[in-house]
Amino acid sequence: MSTIGYDSWAVDLAEVGPVYPFQGSEGLMVVLGVIFWIAWHRIQFVREGEHLKKAKQMGDREKIHSLLEKY
Amino acid sequence: MDGNLNALTTVFTEFYYWVTVVFMFLIHVGFCMYEVGASRHRNHMHTLMKNIMIIPLVTVTFFFFGWWIYWAFPSFPFFGGLNHDAGSANLPWSQNMGTNLSDRITGVFWAAFLLFSWTAASIVSGAVIERIRSSALWVHAVMIGSVFWIIDAAWGWHAEGWMVKYLGYHDAYASGVIHAIAGGYALGVIMVLGPRLGKFAADGTPRDIPPHNPWMLTIGIFLIYSGFWGFYAACNIPAISPEGIGGLITGETWTATNIYLAPTSLSAITFNFLMSLSGGLMAAYVVSRGDAFWTFSGGLAGIITASAGNDLYHPIQAMLVGAVGVVIVYKLHYWVERTFKIDDAVGAVAVHGYSGVVGLIISGFLLWGAPSSPYEGFAAVNPVGQTIGAVIMFGVLGWLPGFVIAKMQAAAGVLRIPEEVELQGLDYAEHHAYEDAKAEIIAADKAAVNGGGVPAE
Repeated sequence: MSTIGYDSWAVDLAEVGPVYPFQGSEGLMVVLGVIFWIAWHRIQFVREGEHLKKAKQMGDREKIHSLLEKY
Repeated sequence: MDGNLNALTTVFTEFYYWVTVVFMFLIHVGFCMYEVGASRHRNHMHTLMKNIMIIPLVTVTFFFFGWWIYWAFPSFPFFGGLNHDAGSANLPWSQNMGTNLSDRITGVFWAAFLLFSWTAASIVSGAVIERIRSSALWVHAVMIGSVFWIIDAAWGWHAEGWMVKYLGYHDAYASGVIHAIAGGYALGVIMVLGPRLGKFAADGTPRDIPPHNPWMLTIGIFLIYSGFWGFYAACNIPAISPEGIGGLITGETWTATNIYLAPTSLSAITFNFLMSLSGGLMAAYVVSRGDAFWTFSGGLAGIITASAGNDLYHPIQAMLVGAVGVVIVYKLHYWVERTFKIDDAVGAVAVHGYSGVVGLIISGFLLWGAPSSPYEGFAAVNPVGQTIGAVIMFGVLGWLPGFVIAKMQAAAGVLRIPEEVELQGLDYAEHHAYEDAKAEIIAADKAAVNGGGVPAE
């Protein structure tokens, strides 16, 4: 048994279509991929929010002035 | 080249590999920029020269014996003798190794492999910056670039390699044969070489040594991405008939193949390259909490982790494999650094070595049962074969020779630069000469302006 559906390359390539593993599970793969993508945005929003909250309190007036001068 | 179609196929194949070589040159440019950007100002020129001289040293040795090893070693020494027939056509004194109108492929094919050799050596070069002697690194460059990686290519990246035949080893875009071996070799060297001064505090806590020029690093890694396209294309045979393959494939349909002459397509690897790059970047951004350099390196690690199976994966599989690999590699890097006080200056062991190993093992499961070769009598891809392959690449042909050769160099006192030189910087003498020359010419120009006459020509 092979995950790609072929145990051997003793085939006529004119009759071969997809050769990726787990053919027939494309829908599931898309669901997993979309979960990964959406989860990434969620994590990113939360972390950036936390970071900005902390960053708001960080600035030292003198250092900010020198940064503004630096352009 | 009799007949138009034959001529077209020959010239297309010749040009195809030539273009991959030009693209792959960008990998070396990128490595140079990355290393210089990561090093401190006082070490720039030496860091650059250390990497640049890999080019000629690996090139000439790959011409003298590296290329012969690839053709002579597929079964040697465990499953047969040297293949003298194939090897002799690729010896440096063979008529195929020169301008020869009856052989239009050897030169470009040799060059495509050679650029992989530079990459292997350059990976090691990055890990050891700012404290290795150039002379020591250049010996390592020849050993990894023209000996050890090409032995592993003969065994596991050749249509008749014994690892492919008996283990079902499958490594289409070199997770193991380039990245795992070079990362393992680098680890062997830095274990003997030791960390840069100041890398660890007295209580053993690791310190960050930030790059002096983050933008140079950024451009460097983007150039490596660009060159990686050429690397992927170079791992394929662009167009071949079933008759040309001479294996089990029937019919008349031509195909692109991987290095084992098993079918794939440029379309497949384009999908998978971009999706594994993206999976790696996204996972690295999250796991490193937005650290720019880990994110960029994570893109590379994503591709490397998926590379073993990127000829066959579905794009979403490539993306998820790249993402999973990056998380493992990132955690492993810091665990090794903290536990064993290992200073991997640019993360080369992690991004190349650990990614390569993880990628091989994952592909053993995802491609379980797939034919490793279009020829009869070859084992199918399987997790055990891929894991043994990973041990051979990272440990036996990578870590072990790197460690042993570095030990010999350390015993001879030629591995590491003196502490005083490390503190003042490798470029100290050159900086002095530069400053003296500058002061002299400024003084001469000022004298001329003040009426002292035109400076002597």
